[in-house]
Amino acid sequence: MIHSIFTQLLQTLLIVGLAPLLVGWVNQCRAWLQNKSGAGVLQPYRVLHKLFNKDAVLADGASPLFRLAPYVQFGCMALVGTIVPVLATDLPFAAAADVIALVGLFALARLFAALAAMDVGTAFGSMGARREMLVACLAEPALLMVFFTPSLIAQSTSLPTIVETLAHREFVLYPSLAFAAIAFYMVSLAENARIPVDNPTTHLELTMIHEAMILEYSARHLALIEWASAIKLMNYSVIGISLFLPWGIVEAEGWLLIPVALAALFAKLLAGGAALALLETLSAKMRIFRAPEFLGTAFLLAVLGMLIRLALEK
Amino acid sequence: MRIEDFDLELDPIPGAVPAWRGEADAVQWRALCQQVRDTGGRLLALWGSDRRAAERGLAIHAALIVRRGLVWLTCQAADDGYPGVADIFAPANRMQRAAGDLLGVRATDQRDARPWLRHGAWPDDEFPLRKDFNARTRHVNVPDAYPFVRVEGDGVHEIPVGPVHAGTIEPGHFRFSILGERVLRLEERLGYKHKGIEKRFEQMTLAEGARLAGRISGDSTVAYAWAYAMAVEGATAAAPPPRALWLRALLLERERIANHLGDLGFLGNDAGFAFGLAQFSRLKEDVLRTNLELFGHRYLMDRIVPGGVARDLDETGAAQIGAECDAIERAVALLHKIYEDHAGLQDRFMATGIVTPELADRLGLSGLAGRASGQANDARVQFPPAPYAELGVKMATQRNGDVAARVQLRFDEVGESLRLCRLLLDKMPKGPISADVPDAPEGATGVGWVEGWRGEVFVALETNAGNEIRRVHAHDPSWQNWPVLEHAVIGNIVPDFPLINKSFNLSYSGHDL
Repeated sequence: MIHSIFTQLLQTLLIVGLAPLLVGWVNQCRAWLQNKSGAGVLQPYRVLHKLFNKDAVLADGASPLFRLAPYVQFGCMALVGTIVPVLATDLPFAAAADVIALVGLFALARLFAALAAMDVGTAFGSMGARREMLVACLAEPALLMVFFTPSLIAQSTSLPTIVETLAHREFVLYPSLAFAAIAFYMVSLAENARIPVDNPTTHLELTMIHEAMILEYSARHLALIEWASAIKLMNYSVIGISLFLPWGIVEAEGWLLIPVALAALFAKLLAGGAALALLETLSAKMRIFRAPEFLGTAFLLAVLGMLIRLALEK
Repeated sequence: MRIEDFDLELDPIPGAVPAWRGEADAVQWRALCQQVRDTGGRLLALWGSDRRAAERGLAIHAALIVRRGLVWLTCQAADDGYPGVADIFAPANRMQRAAGDLLGVRATDQRDARPWLRHGAWPDDEFPLRKDFNARTRHVNVPDAYPFVRVEGDGVHEIPVGPVHAGTIEPGHFRFSILGERVLRLEERLGYKHKGIEKRFEQMTLAEGARLAGRISGDSTVAYAWAYAMAVEGATAAAPPPRALWLRALLLERERIANHLGDLGFLGNDAGFAFGLAQFSRLKEDVLRTNLELFGHRYLMDRIVPGGVARDLDETGAAQIGAECDAIERAVALLHKIYEDHAGLQDRFMATGIVTPELADRLGLSGLAGRASGQANDARVQFPPAPYAELGVKMATQRNGDVAARVQLRFDEVGESLRLCRLLLDKMPKGPISADVPDAPEGATGVGWVEGWRGEVFVALETNAGNEIRRVHAHDPSWQNWPVLEHAVIGNIVPDFPLINKSFNLSYSGHDL
């Protein structure tokens, strides 16, 4: 019991606390790949510190929803971080939600982001919200489809069961999981506003998706949103790790296993972040109307994975 | 004398480029403009001046490019204005509106009578470029309600962008009327950077004006400084030594290389390809640092002065530039291949922001953007001032008129400019780098006409007694190209606008003056 509470606390702290570090690592890798020295992996923390120490400026006519939205987004992302079994499978919170609820939590955060963007009535806010919803309505079904393949393997939509099942099997390459993994990676790029779907570093207001929605935010509100975005990237990374690279996760009670799990997690995140930076460096941002094709492909791959599972891997 | 078959007496204007000047009445003014247009000529610039001190009232001037060179045509405005030429030359529309704002000289047939450069900073019955306007008078800035054209229809809405943008760029307002993501109409509002440069010139001597000319548009400082120096040298009959002219050409080509490299990087970046920006920025930075080391200024400001250049280049400096040219050529060849082979990047560039050659001709698209749409105009090739006649510049052109064509044109021009730099270094004559500038007679005129990296930079100069400036009109090629940008965007999607805009990369400062 103490063990599971400890791992739960540790994992929550890790995900919420180290999320900006992951963003910093990705940005640092991007800088290196472009032959730049970069701002250092701690830069996101400095930005958060700066933003939390500023006075918030609110647009005239902003409703309470506008102020509430950052807290909802942060809360949703932090909650997702507590229920994904990435350090250990016997997390007390993990039983609280299955993969479908997980998708729901992401959707809830997005709903508030889009509502808040439209709340102040600027052209950019509505434009960003509109584009975000275009991406979302294609990404969410694809994400659900991705989750169904491991769920079929584990005969359950509960995350701990899925992770335990996948980690316990001998090392076998499931073709179905390979398809699902590729689809998941594509959906992750879209959901986290990364190149090639969106560009997190752009200053061109007309091309923005996610950034256009938060243009009116400042100070602590903006800090919470930035932090929530970082946790979202972290969450997608750990979900990917749990589903497709679950080795090293603590499954039984054992204090000594925790350092091993931690080391495995860091190694996977480092490699994953570097891979993301490499992909972003090699790609250009695509036209916004290519996003449906991109996410349609992800959906197709996810469905293929599921069909392969149903038809061939029985 | 008469040139070609124009029905007007023209006087040659002494100077480095072939130019003539003539005074026309209202009928001849329109007839000549029409004749120039019909014979494939173009409008380079249109501006007004106040000649009431000489009891000749307000006048309107046009710089027309004809087959043999440049014709500076002047027309006395009547009390109710002058006959406009916007129906003959599309770019004249905004220039006529600007002349109306600054001088109160208006075209009698001006259909679009909205102000252009005047933003409420001075009253609409005062005109800054009139001689009796006191530039020291303070006016209360009145916010003006500029009536944008509204697009009506189901689901049509507007996105106002700027004048303050999210990036560190110049101010300009863009009003998009869109349906979903599709742009139905774009309307520009410029003039936020109006600084009264032309009025300031009139308080200066010819020598003082050189520094101001170099600050009209910072990215084209060499082109402006050369054009101004050319105009002064024409008006004063000064003869800059050959070495000075060769050095000027070297500076101009280096300015072109630096700007093209920067643009190529930003074009990649605007398509989300940050790697391109990092690489091209490094190359551009190398050029700027060499500029600082060898010429004393990163952007080469004030290196060209009337009479010559301010700084000579020694043997080691020449060798350094030669080596740098080789290094840039190798790096650009590699980056060119990366851009060409990058499917995602080419997908963004191709068929985006198309200006067909027909549209470009009708709207008078000029300079780099014009050459990317089949408008084969380059003053270095067609009317080469020394030393370009000896260099044999090869003009690059494209016909597709999309972002990809403007990217390709920049690659081609960087290559050609590198070749020219080597040639200039190889064959540069020895000797002094500047000559004395004699005093200018009162009422002398001079023109400067230089192919800058963006297009043709033009300076028209009239002098007063005592080497003072009576009137300077400085013209940026952006005047021609801003209106075409509005057309290039139609039918494209909103997120492609920054890319299209960057592929033109027009000047706000040079336009707003």
